[in-house]
Amino acid sequence: MKNILEYLEATASKYPEKTAFSDGESSLSFGELLSLSQIGGTNLIKRAAHTAGKPVAVFMKKCPETIASFFAVTYAGCCYVPLEMGLPMHRVRRILGKIDPEIIICDDSSAEKCEELGYGDRMLTVNELFTGRAGDELKTAREKSIDIDPVYIVFTSGSTGEPKGVTACHRSLIDYASSLCPVIGADENSVFAMQVPLYVDACMKEILSAIKCGSTVYLMQQSLFMSPLKVLDFLNTYKINTVCWVASALTLVSGLGAFEEGRPEYLKTVCFGSEVFPVKQLRAWQKACPEARFVNLYGPTECTGMSFYYEVDRTFEDGDVIPVGRPFDNTAFMLLKEDDRPAAQGETGEICIRGTAVTLGYYDDPERTAAVFTQNPLNPHYPELIYRTGDLGKLNEFGELLFVSRKDSQIKNMGHRIELGEIESCACMFEGVENACCIFDKEKGKLYLFYMGAADEKALRGYMRNELPRHMIPSKYNRMDMLPMLPNGKIDRKALMEI
Amino acid sequence: MDEILEILEGLDLDVDFETCDTLVDDGILASLDIVSIIAELSEEFDITIPARDIVPENFNSAEAMYAMVRRLMDE
Repeated sequence: MKNILEYLEATASKYPEKTAFSDGESSLSFGELLSLSQIGGTNLIKRAAHTAGKPVAVFMKKCPETIASFFAVTYAGCCYVPLEMGLPMHRVRRILGKIDPEIIICDDSSAEKCEELGYGDRMLTVNELFTGRAGDELKTAREKSIDIDPVYIVFTSGSTGEPKGVTACHRSLIDYASSLCPVIGADENSVFAMQVPLYVDACMKEILSAIKCGSTVYLMQQSLFMSPLKVLDFLNTYKINTVCWVASALTLVSGLGAFEEGRPEYLKTVCFGSEVFPVKQLRAWQKACPEARFVNLYGPTECTGMSFYYEVDRTFEDGDVIPVGRPFDNTAFMLLKEDDRPAAQGETGEICIRGTAVTLGYYDDPERTAAVFTQNPLNPHYPELIYRTGDLGKLNEFGELLFVSRKDSQIKNMGHRIELGEIESCACMFEGVENACCIFDKEKGKLYLFYMGAADEKALRGYMRNELPRHMIPSKYNRMDMLPMLPNGKIDRKALMEI
Repeated sequence: MDEILEILEGLDLDVDFETCDTLVDDGILASLDIVSIIAELSEEFDITIPARDIVPENFNSAEAMYAMVRRLMDE
């Protein structure tokens, strides 16, 4: 096996009529998904034959046709770059600037924006994409493709404000699907409710389970999470038995008292991850779903999604840390200290990952790729890349990995990976801001911005609101004559933390 | 009502809370905001907002939140 489309093709021939993806309004069976993807692939090849291997942007809302567009791009031998209106426009602009796509697939949610950003002439509407029939071009494209060709480029926050495009190939995705599906317990009877957006790698958990195992996936709109009972309703209406959600989405349901009114009646597997899940909320879910398995998942986008899992098998006390557990099959890790020597038992070290799931690196970014995709320092004998996560971890007495903290200023808010540096660099682009430092108050979940310069607070606020997504906008702004400095010339974050 | 407006102003959003009645429908308030508004309302008015009340209609305007709070205080 060398191409993820083989999963889709096998499943479509086994379950052609079965629903693959649905958002409640529109659905695609596996047969329809396959057919649309092949039509789309043919059209893409016809429109730009020489784009093989190049990025194609898919700028669409969260709906089944978007997933068909992803596979259409794959059929064309190109790699897709998922974008959505929910992304901050300054990031969309930078991503498009970086990948310079010849084709941007748009729907009615994004067409106007695409014009406005100056890419009108490269736009292909989803209707155009899915018109016509599949042709022999697909066969030629497939013959040329090999398993280290990229499938997608997913952008994550970068500390300089320049987003990083994690590029993942077929081989990594096949490896990921093979180890992930048994951990989740995905099979043809699984019914997923997908909480995450399609522009993050996290959505591959559901997409791969569907195409590999024949699971059915219901796509949830973000607005649903405005009301916990509607989330419960959704789970019960579609008889959802499996969820892989960010911890804060689960907390939203349990923490706002939804279980006093009802419970998810069909849930058998609850996977959580992307951030720390408070033990209190875990217990609330366990009480509401006593039959369910609970699995903590952990992993970086740079290693194709999730790399570690821990199935909850004992009781935790408030304040305990739920382990991230053990690596997936065919994935290995090491904890490296500052001097690149392995950490001793119980010692903290940087979590470094080895395996086929390690992605190809950051698109068009050799410097930042080389900084974290490095030669395994424990193997001086032949080339072998590891990925340095920047997360610190240690092993507990059961040999399970525990997440300790970040090495740098990256934080997680509502499951979003945020580099404080991106917020700072955005602030610094505003006229009258000389320097800026952003602090995250973990307890309150709030961001504070301290800045130096003549800029007016209110004007800066307005600017930040335009440039950044909600979860990245500081809630308080403090103008200072001077930011406190450490002797090494770095901003003294600790001093600001105390203000 | 003033207390509610004060809580909303604290969110620091570019909107006139006194007149806007599509706070949720237009995506001005995100689910994160709802969580913090609920926490502040519960504390300020010493009420418990049950899950069945956490629906867009009750959070679309300051007026709607006020009506909900009054109802919950009477209960």
